[in-house]
Amino acid sequence: MSIRVRYFGSLREKMGRVDESLAPEDIDTVTDVWKAVSEGQYLPDHILCAVNMDYAEPDAPVRDGDEVAFFPPVTGG
Amino acid sequence: MPVDLRTAGFDPYAELRHYQTEMLGHAGKYGATCSFVGTMRDFNEDETVRGMFLDHYPGMTEKQLGKIVEEARSRWRFLDALVIHRVGEIFPDQPIVLVAVWSSHRGAAFDACRHIMEELKARAPFWKKETLARGERWVAKNTGGY
Repeated sequence: MSIRVRYFGSLREKMGRVDESLAPEDIDTVTDVWKAVSEGQYLPDHILCAVNMDYAEPDAPVRDGDEVAFFPPVTGG
Repeated sequence: MPVDLRTAGFDPYAELRHYQTEMLGHAGKYGATCSFVGTMRDFNEDETVRGMFLDHYPGMTEKQLGKIVEEARSRWRFLDALVIHRVGEIFPDQPIVLVAVWSSHRGAAFDACRHIMEELKARAPFWKKETLARGERWVAKNTGGY
């Protein structure tokens, strides 16, 4: 198993990839996921997070098999 | 209470007519229908916009739209609602979004339709990338609705 990480909107271009898989070791929260994919950076205030397609706070728990997404403010409608 | 994402252009007025005559039911029960249609402009922030790409998060977008409609249903008494939203390449003058609500009386239809639309703008995972004469840009935030 693993944690799938996905990016949308302008963040996808900034990250230079659409998604990736993380080994679940040392991952407890959304913030841990962000640090793992961004070489230890802090999560920017404006970036939104989702776990399994529901909005989540940075301290929300993440488990093996979860899908975590990061994206900028939404602009639909 | 369908929420529907479309990759091709749609006619919101034909969709309304079709849904009301073929799908809705509730004949004789609804006295109010409120609908909102969002259409792509050819300008934004003082620049001419030639086209747009509407990115979305397949699965989460539908899930959040469904939650928004259900939340509205817990606040107002209405009979049915329909949400249609475009994704992919879109051009000025094409419809982007249709929200429609049917209820017995006008108050619930007006209020629920407005609420669904404002929550969609705030929470549904869509992202607009505009094509301008000088290149492309991501839209950073929505204009205020009130």
